[in-house]
Amino acid sequence: MFEKVLTRNFGLPRSETIDVYIANGGYQALPKVLREYTPEQVIEIVTASGLRGRGGAGFPAGRKWSFMPKDPDIEKYVCVNTDEGEPGTFKDRELVEKDPHQIIEGVIIASYAVGAHRAFVYIRGEFFLGVKRWIKAIDDAYAKGFLGKNILGSGFSLDLSVHRGAGAYICGEETALIESLEGKRGEPRKKPPYPASVGLWGKPTLVHNVETLANVPHIINRGAKWYTSMGTPKSTGPKIFCVSGHVRNRGIFELPLGVPLREIIYEHAGGMAFDKKLKAIIPGGASTPMLTPDQIDITMDFESLEAAGSMLGTGAIIVMNEDTCMVDVARRLMHFFAHESCGRCTPCRVGTHHMLSILERLEHGEGKPEDMESLEEIARGMRGLTFCPMGDAAANPILSGLKLFRDEYEYHVKQKRCAVAA
Amino acid sequence: MMEPEVRVADPARRSMLLTALYIAQEQYGYLTRDAIERVANRLGLPLTEVYSMASFYTLYRTQPTGRYVLQVCEGLSCHLVGGAERLVDYLRKKLGIEVGETTKDGLFTLQTVQCLASCGTSPAMRVNDALYENMTAEKVDELIETLRGYHV
Repeated sequence: MFEKVLTRNFGLPRSETIDVYIANGGYQALPKVLREYTPEQVIEIVTASGLRGRGGAGFPAGRKWSFMPKDPDIEKYVCVNTDEGEPGTFKDRELVEKDPHQIIEGVIIASYAVGAHRAFVYIRGEFFLGVKRWIKAIDDAYAKGFLGKNILGSGFSLDLSVHRGAGAYICGEETALIESLEGKRGEPRKKPPYPASVGLWGKPTLVHNVETLANVPHIINRGAKWYTSMGTPKSTGPKIFCVSGHVRNRGIFELPLGVPLREIIYEHAGGMAFDKKLKAIIPGGASTPMLTPDQIDITMDFESLEAAGSMLGTGAIIVMNEDTCMVDVARRLMHFFAHESCGRCTPCRVGTHHMLSILERLEHGEGKPEDMESLEEIARGMRGLTFCPMGDAAANPILSGLKLFRDEYEYHVKQKRCAVAA
Repeated sequence: MMEPEVRVADPARRSMLLTALYIAQEQYGYLTRDAIERVANRLGLPLTEVYSMASFYTLYRTQPTGRYVLQVCEGLSCHLVGGAERLVDYLRKKLGIEVGETTKDGLFTLQTVQCLASCGTSPAMRVNDALYENMTAEKVDELIETLRGYHV
């Protein structure tokens, strides 16, 4: 049986407190790092572990750390991305609310490795409890000497503070997060330059998702080899999968990367609710292309999903049964993207709203024969052609929906009603 | 010699803008013109810049709201399990207001939001700072009754 790593303390009473974290082996990686390893060695260990970013893009963490300039005279920052807002995704909220100290320990180790003395938590404004838990956890870490000046007598100092966002999905994108931290509208920056060279206030900045950082103390404690024993050769370690939609047991499940989708849905999530038939699966959050039941044996790792034309994303699995209208799903998702478009570039700002109005028309039985071509044309005109990945995110559900469920769109146009409800 | 008017905020100071707007919102109830002007002056920023921020981020209110702001999650996961629209409809009828409106007694404002990251416990809604999960009509009735009870 798979041994839980990131969620091992979740069931314990007061799991969010520093005492419970320490009593269960917490803050042991930190002194080990400060006493035994140079920053370069820490980067080597994390690189050897194969840890990839858990925020959606899956970029190798060690490589990201090695991009940060080595010059100690250059001021550098670390940002913790707690701006989770992709529909279907709720793992980071659980991590922050139930075990914030493993993230803090990860932040301190990452900051030591890249030579940062200032770190920021950027948290979604909606996470009221999360904000409280972050602040309390940081205060307690200061009180124990894990944060602040001369941490555990090592000569390394780090300050960590919480910055509350104000409700904008796009701030989860690392450059938009930086803009928002600077007190500006959360509009993405052009890349390159990447934040590792020009980030917060123009200084090199390492931005990491909460789940990514939570892995770090465990990698230090138990070694890169242990870490690579989980998962596949290119997708190592544990992953928190969030399952929602039409399954019996919705919730988060920590499993090794590479676990079959079938196992997640039928074993861990208890199978389909009300014994309905499975119709479609969104494997990695609202922005990832859909899968059909014949792809249920796919393994959940970065490379398999990419090969299948989708993405692991945040590992947020949304399950839909036979009673689901796919035009309705597309409309709902487009409503989200249209609302959350930052408005900076035209294809996204106009495209999302235009697609939404077509989808609404289809749903109201006012579809026109040319609507499907229009949807395809707009989505293609956005994919890869917007300022940031949000354009791809909005185009994905449309293009994959039209590819997999075109007959349902056609039914809406011809019969002026829904095939599922009919 | 008189100090020239500061119009370019130093970078770190500007970072306080989101927090400053939260504080102002807390004090004024919503971001009134006066509140925005005071934030702009304190941080040395043009008024338009601060307005632009207040309108970009959804958690800032530029209109007054009721004592309790009821926000129903419209995310796909909430939508799939029959939440979202059904819950909004139920609240509309129960409170006799449309989305975006406030009840006459000033107690409730009904809003929809895009995602509350409660997909595993959907349908979800938020009332001011508190999250309510696995919502049903019965739970809504109970919640509204309790909140009304505080103001009899």
